[in-house]
Amino acid sequence: MIPLLFFSLKGYAQTSTEKLPPVTDYAEKLDTLYHFLVGISVVSCILVIVAFAYFSIRYRRKSEKEQGSAKVSHNTLLEFIWSFIPLVIFAVAFVWGWILYYDFKRPPENSLEIHVYGQMWNWTFVYKNGKKTTNEFYVPSHKPVKLIMTSKDVLHSFFIPTFRIKQDVVPGIYTSLWFKANRKGKFQVFCTEFCGTGHANMLARMHVVSLKEWEDWLAHDPYKGLSLAEIGKKAFQGRCTVCHTTTKEKRIGPGLSGLMGAKREFTNGKSLMVDENYLRESILNPSEKIVVGFPNQMTPFAGTLSEEELSGLIEYIKTLK
Amino acid sequence: MAENKNYLNWQKGISSWLLTLDHKRIGILYMITIFSFFLIGGIFALLMRLELFSAGEDFIKTDFYNQAMTYHGAIMVFMVIIPGIPAFLGNFFLPLQIGAKDVAFPRVNLLSWYCLVTGALIACFSLVLNGVDTGWTFYTPYSIRTSTSVIPVVLGAFIMGFSSILTGLNFIVTIHKLRAPGMTFFRMPLFVWSLYSTAIIQILATPVLAITLLLLIAERVLGVGIFDPNLGGDPILFQHFFWFYSHPAVYIMILPAMGIISELIVAFSRQNIFGYKSIVMASIGIAAVSFFVWGHHLFVSGQSEWAGIIFSGLTMLVGVPTAVKVFNWTATLYKGSLKFDTPLLYAMGFLFLFLIGGVTGIILATIAADVHLHDTYFVVAHFHYVMVGGTLMAIMGGFYYWLPKMFGRMYNELWGRVSFALIFIGFNVTFFPQFILGAEGMPRRYADYPLPYEPLNQLSTLGSWFIGGGFVVALIAIVWAIFKGPKAPANPWGAKTLEWETTSPPPHENFSETPQVTTGPYHYGN
Repeated sequence: MIPLLFFSLKGYAQTSTEKLPPVTDYAEKLDTLYHFLVGISVVSCILVIVAFAYFSIRYRRKSEKEQGSAKVSHNTLLEFIWSFIPLVIFAVAFVWGWILYYDFKRPPENSLEIHVYGQMWNWTFVYKNGKKTTNEFYVPSHKPVKLIMTSKDVLHSFFIPTFRIKQDVVPGIYTSLWFKANRKGKFQVFCTEFCGTGHANMLARMHVVSLKEWEDWLAHDPYKGLSLAEIGKKAFQGRCTVCHTTTKEKRIGPGLSGLMGAKREFTNGKSLMVDENYLRESILNPSEKIVVGFPNQMTPFAGTLSEEELSGLIEYIKTLK
Repeated sequence: MAENKNYLNWQKGISSWLLTLDHKRIGILYMITIFSFFLIGGIFALLMRLELFSAGEDFIKTDFYNQAMTYHGAIMVFMVIIPGIPAFLGNFFLPLQIGAKDVAFPRVNLLSWYCLVTGALIACFSLVLNGVDTGWTFYTPYSIRTSTSVIPVVLGAFIMGFSSILTGLNFIVTIHKLRAPGMTFFRMPLFVWSLYSTAIIQILATPVLAITLLLLIAERVLGVGIFDPNLGGDPILFQHFFWFYSHPAVYIMILPAMGIISELIVAFSRQNIFGYKSIVMASIGIAAVSFFVWGHHLFVSGQSEWAGIIFSGLTMLVGVPTAVKVFNWTATLYKGSLKFDTPLLYAMGFLFLFLIGGVTGIILATIAADVHLHDTYFVVAHFHYVMVGGTLMAIMGGFYYWLPKMFGRMYNELWGRVSFALIFIGFNVTFFPQFILGAEGMPRRYADYPLPYEPLNQLSTLGSWFIGGGFVVALIAIVWAIFKGPKAPANPWGAKTLEWETTSPPPHENFSETPQVTTGPYHYGN
């Protein structure tokens, strides 16, 4: 028992200092609450465990005929006290949790807003000026940021562990999250609502940079000066790589090498030779034609890709021999 | 050799078992069913832990991992932990503890076993189709979209629900109508009280699950548009419906476990329980409040802010009667005459693990803390401490305690203790690191994880092998005891409840003459 507790404290210390240093005021406040909760849990566990460990040793049966010798079967005052003390502790935890949650639910008026779309199995971020990114996004430090989120298919959940915040992303409605980062850095984002095969790979990376760096980044067109196929290659990374390889190897969907001009057979019994229109339809509305041997699992990309990116993807796929 | 006629040998042949109306034999049928599914669910768990031993896709494919995760959860919940205590030990000992010949409706009792088996087989049939990968919670709209075989599993769970409803109904009527002369409500053993409060939840909450599952099937087959947002439905509504059953179901799992712990602690400290009435009231209180806390599963789902806050507060309230029970059990040890046979070891294991499961439950009920911890390994660790550390410890403890009565034979104390030690240590090594992983942000239901989480995952997987080994030892010890163990006397523990007054194993009619009850359940000399 002792090593176990020691172990837990060691791991716990690691939690708050080394691996997940708090980046926001909210995260720091939450850690204080968490310290309180863990601390009081450890103390109450030790008190009860000491009591029953002591009784276990002190009152071991000495002879086969021996019976218990406690004369009381209840004690109203004692029972009231040990109901009342937990009630007080629980009430403190409840109110403290509520106070923080109240903040968590109220983004400041002047928040910078970013739209977030979850879909199997990537995250798309859309900025006010129309700039779109996938699985990578940039925010300025020292400025409140509000994420306005929805899903294109099933439930997802947007979780930033270092910020101690999480919110389910639900098709059909908007949910939101806000934060204000106090320092620069790269931070991991997980999907925490089970969403199928690629769930554990539905990751995003958040870059917190200075306001100046962020403004430059926002104004920069990542596709400027690139050929269509190069634009396609950029758009492909992250968006498509969970399910598709650029070789012939199958992943969740087919490998894309040598696709152009190849013959595809569909589950409805029909078949065709791959051309630009087939690729376009399969990206925007993949359920229309399902290739034999693959599940109908891909989420439509209609509305997520610009025309430029779409043409780029098609040109890129053509280059995969 | 003049062997006593008892329920095991008074009729012979396979049909005397499959068509039996004897609550004791039905209890044995449940025992075989539940432990078989426990074995299957356990193998899925070991496979998952094996895959998680190292980062990357190593031993099993991601799709299979997701299915193993789903089957482990669904089997352990619907086929092991929910029926585990009421249908197996409850069936066997409820009538014996109240001095009755059988339950009120023996045929319904048999029907409920067939419901469980039929539902379980239909659910497992999905394994030879496409499997199922939704997680045991079947959240929409993924469960509507996935190409895996959701319908057989959902239909199976629907049918198994009737097993639960019928058993609950049977127990309520039995407790009201068939108590022996002189056994007032407040002379009933605490195990009976816990089954009573459990039965109330079973008949009130399970129908909601049944309706929800039917609606899910209707949505998948007919596209009625109640949960699917593409058709104007609300996916969060499904979560409300689902947890309206499944949270009270947590108390279907834990309340009877608490009942067993009360019996074990009394029997092995040989004195009356401390605070009998407050334990009874706590059971009823937990059952009542359990209906109003489901929303704590939805703190980050998109439900309204006020709903979240109210559910957080109500969840805290469940903590109070639960804490009261732990204090009462501890106080019962005071000045007892404690003998650390295997059943008491399991009871102490329960206290230790349930305590940790309980306090981490309070951490999760604190709404802002849950925003961080929700759907991480912290939650996985928490509910395993409650479900395995609580319910499964109680099943094992109760099983060792009542095994001499059920089969008329004693188990081997040394092997009982060895298996307990392996399971207890292995359990902590497996699940304690998961609290830390969760606090560090590792999400649950991940077939793969980033490298920094690897060391604690390896420790956790190592622990799972100890648990597996412990249960193999327990299985051998129990099978040996049932067939080869030394003959057990009628009351090997010097316990006071009525089941120990009849012979071991009991005759078909339970008692040769109807017992007359004149005292409370635990009238030790003090």
